[in-house]
Amino acid sequence: MAQASLQSRSTSRSLPALPGALAAMVVGACSSALLVSLWSVLTLMLSPYSVSVPLGWALLVGAGLGLVLSAIRNSQMLRGLGAVLGLGAAAGWLYLTGNDPLGFGETSPTWGIGGALVTLALTGFLIGYGLRDLNLSRPRRDTFEVIIIRLLRGFGFVFFLSIVLFPFYFMVVASLKSRAEFLQDPTNLAINFSQRLSDLFVGYREVLVRFNFARYILNSTFVAICTVIITLVIAILGAYAVTRLRFPGRKLVSRSILLIYMFPAIVLVVPLYSVFTQLQLRDALLGLLIVYPAQTIPVALYMLRSYFQTLPKDLEEAGMIDGCTRFEVIWRITLPLSVPALASVALYVFMIAWNEFLFAFMFLDSPNIFTLSRGMVGLNSQEVPRQFLMAGAVIVTVPIMVIFFWFEKYLVGGLTAGGVKE
Amino acid sequence: MSQAIPTSQPKLTPTRKRWSGLAAREARLAAWMLAPAFIIVFTIVIFPVVANFWISFKEVQLSDLRPPQALARARVMNFPESAGEALSLRYQLRNSSRDVQLNDVVLTASLPAGLTADALAEGCTFTADTLTCTLGSWDGGYRENLELSWLASQTFIDDASEDALSDPFVTANAPNVLTSWEFTLANFRAVVSAREFWTTLRTTLAYTLFGACGSILLGLCAAQLLNAEFPLRGLLRGLLLFPYVAPVIAVAFTWTFLLDPFSGSLNALGLELGVLGEPISFLSQRSLSVSLLGLELTLPLALTSVILFDAWRYFPFAFLFILARFQAIPAALYESAKVDGAGPFAQFWFITLPQLSLVISTLFLLRFIWTFNKFDDIFLLTGGTAGTRTLPVLVYDNAFGREDIGMGAATAVILFVMLAAFLVVYFRYTPEGE
Repeated sequence: MAQASLQSRSTSRSLPALPGALAAMVVGACSSALLVSLWSVLTLMLSPYSVSVPLGWALLVGAGLGLVLSAIRNSQMLRGLGAVLGLGAAAGWLYLTGNDPLGFGETSPTWGIGGALVTLALTGFLIGYGLRDLNLSRPRRDTFEVIIIRLLRGFGFVFFLSIVLFPFYFMVVASLKSRAEFLQDPTNLAINFSQRLSDLFVGYREVLVRFNFARYILNSTFVAICTVIITLVIAILGAYAVTRLRFPGRKLVSRSILLIYMFPAIVLVVPLYSVFTQLQLRDALLGLLIVYPAQTIPVALYMLRSYFQTLPKDLEEAGMIDGCTRFEVIWRITLPLSVPALASVALYVFMIAWNEFLFAFMFLDSPNIFTLSRGMVGLNSQEVPRQFLMAGAVIVTVPIMVIFFWFEKYLVGGLTAGGVKE
Repeated sequence: MSQAIPTSQPKLTPTRKRWSGLAAREARLAAWMLAPAFIIVFTIVIFPVVANFWISFKEVQLSDLRPPQALARARVMNFPESAGEALSLRYQLRNSSRDVQLNDVVLTASLPAGLTADALAEGCTFTADTLTCTLGSWDGGYRENLELSWLASQTFIDDASEDALSDPFVTANAPNVLTSWEFTLANFRAVVSAREFWTTLRTTLAYTLFGACGSILLGLCAAQLLNAEFPLRGLLRGLLLFPYVAPVIAVAFTWTFLLDPFSGSLNALGLELGVLGEPISFLSQRSLSVSLLGLELTLPLALTSVILFDAWRYFPFAFLFILARFQAIPAALYESAKVDGAGPFAQFWFITLPQLSLVISTLFLLRFIWTFNKFDDIFLLTGGTAGTRTLPVLVYDNAFGREDIGMGAATAVILFVMLAAFLVVYFRYTPEGE
């Protein structure tokens, strides 16, 4: 890239060759179409207006901006200049459409005028950014490949951000909107803060109090934490034995750990349901506390085993020489060294236990021992407003998200280290 | 997945312990430490799989699972006011099952002190304030009253109240359908001959294949996107993991609401923006005709939606692994390729992809297996309607929808065998796969 910009400074020709100019126009048109669509959709969702997307305008303006910017040689200037030109284009566009670029039928200072200025300034900036360091006057095949990649990256960012954020945003909004508000304007996804807070959060109050979710939160927390403790204790012992002790069949054990988490949960459900019913373990949290660790232990064992293998043996041997027993060695030497791995495993197991649906759904019948997942099923009925269902969804999701962001480093480590099952 | 981790080969240290006593002790310790993990995994994973085979050869209905019970309730007919009067009780007896016989029914009740037997039913004895009745066999639907009376002494009048006369305790032997030695192939015949079985297999295969590939493809794109330095990269990486970390029940219900044809926002947005001509029920419409370049295509709509949901939900998994692999590719490879004049596309094709081939094939294996086994997602999104019934959903439908545990188990056995066959084929034909 540095090479390319050196070349561009040394060339004396100031106008781009035709293919270069065309490429710049395509970059401009695509960037502008993307951003204008984004602006339109956001306006449609967050403002009271309905919009008609001015794609034709967008392509035209973008191509123009691209063409002008392709004639500029100095790549340091491109972005700033692009933004300024974008503002100019926005002014022209506003003038031509009578200050109503998205066809609201009226002038809106924020969504119409402000939106146009911001969107086009940003468009100009991005076109400049996309064309940086390119030798458009003497384009090679590489140049076009770079352009295509940059365009794809731009679309990719918008695409991934929207598929990840939109559903969760919708979940939150839908938990704060009554059915009547939805029917009135189904495309309006703005949160109405003008009402009293108790009205805004009515869904949460109902779900927590009337539908007993406060209790389910406790149940879920209890089950998840117990699962973590049971899993950790059993997996630490097992992983230590597999990594540090020599015994016949060690290889086989190591291998088969991996196989266990290929087992389909649905295959286990029918017999476990039958047997647990007959043992009267079914409608009880104890049943879950047996099933969940069984599902998490293989993964935990595998993750811990991988970590223990990276720990030096010398320290433990020194401990043994000083007269510690095996368990003292594990407790005083191995575990303090493994805190990051233990955190990963604990978080990961917590996540599985908290999110688990199938067994909670099959096993629990009595409402006072429901976990959150099981409680959610009760909200999914014709008689319960969707608002409450979404409030429940937010209540289930938020704790796990908070924990996830708090300890992201560990969790990502855990997710990749173990192979991992959902 | 574990290529990077060295297997712990015992190093050749001078202290090579070869004393059998020590080795045996070590092995014993290892056995103790592994025992809890083994026991729990065996009882909850291995045993159920075996039990599944067992149950699949039996005609067991859901209602057979609750063992029939002998029930008895006490009603006080007369409570004595003074010494010498009679205490009369009626025990209402019932067999909880309509058709299963109970054998060796024995009733016991402990009564307050100070009673002497007056009129006891046949088979009953009263000693040391304890009543024992041997009641023999009860047919299905058995219902009977047992009338008993005692004479009360002053002790009884002084100490006892009506609350002290609780329900008696009854034991009985019932035959257990699960432990009998009768076997039948009827379940398998019923599963395979059902009309929807073969379509279910096709659906499962399509769902598994496209779901796995979709999530890997999306994950590859996302990893490609994040494989560069830019501000807020860490935050974006965290955001991209959202679909994978969030509880399935929350995201499934959110998408059902979003895709709803009447009040769902996605349809409303599509209509408003002119992308859609009319509302589409993405999750409950079996097929949709699309004309693409003059070609009339029929798209299995609900199945496609479910597959896209899966690709969306599981791409972060693939993304994490591929990103980790990306960062392990030596930069020197790209440098030398650039010197040789390779453009970005050529670099991707000739360097990146080959470097990723191992992680992608591993991911494909894992995602294939897990998508094949996946029950929650489809069950919550469509309940298996509109052409989205896969094998795991069929297991549930047969076992709990039809309330036929035997048929459900047979379906699960078929699923398990197919999975095992796939694994065997995969490991036979891939060299050195982990």
